[in-house]
Amino acid sequence: MRIPILKLNNYLLISIQTEIDDNTAIQFQEDLLNKIHQNGSSGVVIDLTSVEIIDSFIAKVLGDVISMSDLMGAKVVLTGIQPAVALTLIDLGIHLQDVPTAMDLEQGLVKLYQELGE
Amino acid sequence: MEPQSFVEIKEEWDIVGARQMGRNIAKEAGFGTVDQARIATAISELARNIYLYAGSGTISYEILEKMGRKGLIITATDSGPGIPDLSLVMEDGYTTSGGLGAGLPGVKRLSDEFDLRSEEGKGTTVQCIKWVR
Repeated sequence: MRIPILKLNNYLLISIQTEIDDNTAIQFQEDLLNKIHQNGSSGVVIDLTSVEIIDSFIAKVLGDVISMSDLMGAKVVLTGIQPAVALTLIDLGIHLQDVPTAMDLEQGLVKLYQELGE
Repeated sequence: MEPQSFVEIKEEWDIVGARQMGRNIAKEAGFGTVDQARIATAISELARNIYLYAGSGTISYEILEKMGRKGLIITATDSGPGIPDLSLVMEDGYTTSGGLGAGLPGVKRLSDEFDLRSEEGKGTTVQCIKWVR
């Protein structure tokens, strides 16, 4: 199973719609970095509206892919984190500090424009 | 007491199966969406521990009714190598697998009651209870 990555001008858009298992998460990490490289993308929005659970493994993969993208010169914004997911992450002790977030895809794109000064 | 159900953890994909089943059972038992997410997340952590450290094991689910309260007991059992130092694994950030070290202390915070037993060379059992609010 692979998570589709859409290209929009200089940006990449990802909406995670399926239950993520560990392999899918790792595959996504690789796919995203390759796409950033291929397209020279400057920004990425990962929309998590349909994601019902984020456990410590998925949180680590997300946090890592944000740092990796940053190393390559692309900014990542996470959007649409559900209330139950936010509550659970804090219970788990995962704070995802320094990760840019926004309420939804639209605001995520606005945040990217701001972060990138475009 | 309703009959117990369980999921065997043998492959990585079983982690997803275990948490989906847990979520469904929690939903039927009347847990709210946040507690369903807490239960599913706790199961995901426990199932991954089984897969990573013991190779195989089971996650079982049991509905508990006590003094007018309804709860869900989740038990993770394996016959793996066991945990040599129980206090160490309950420390936030301790990991031997390169993960976040959020697993067991996180599961404890997600649960209302938590019990960890382990014997070196014999295996580990983690039991947690969540009560319907």
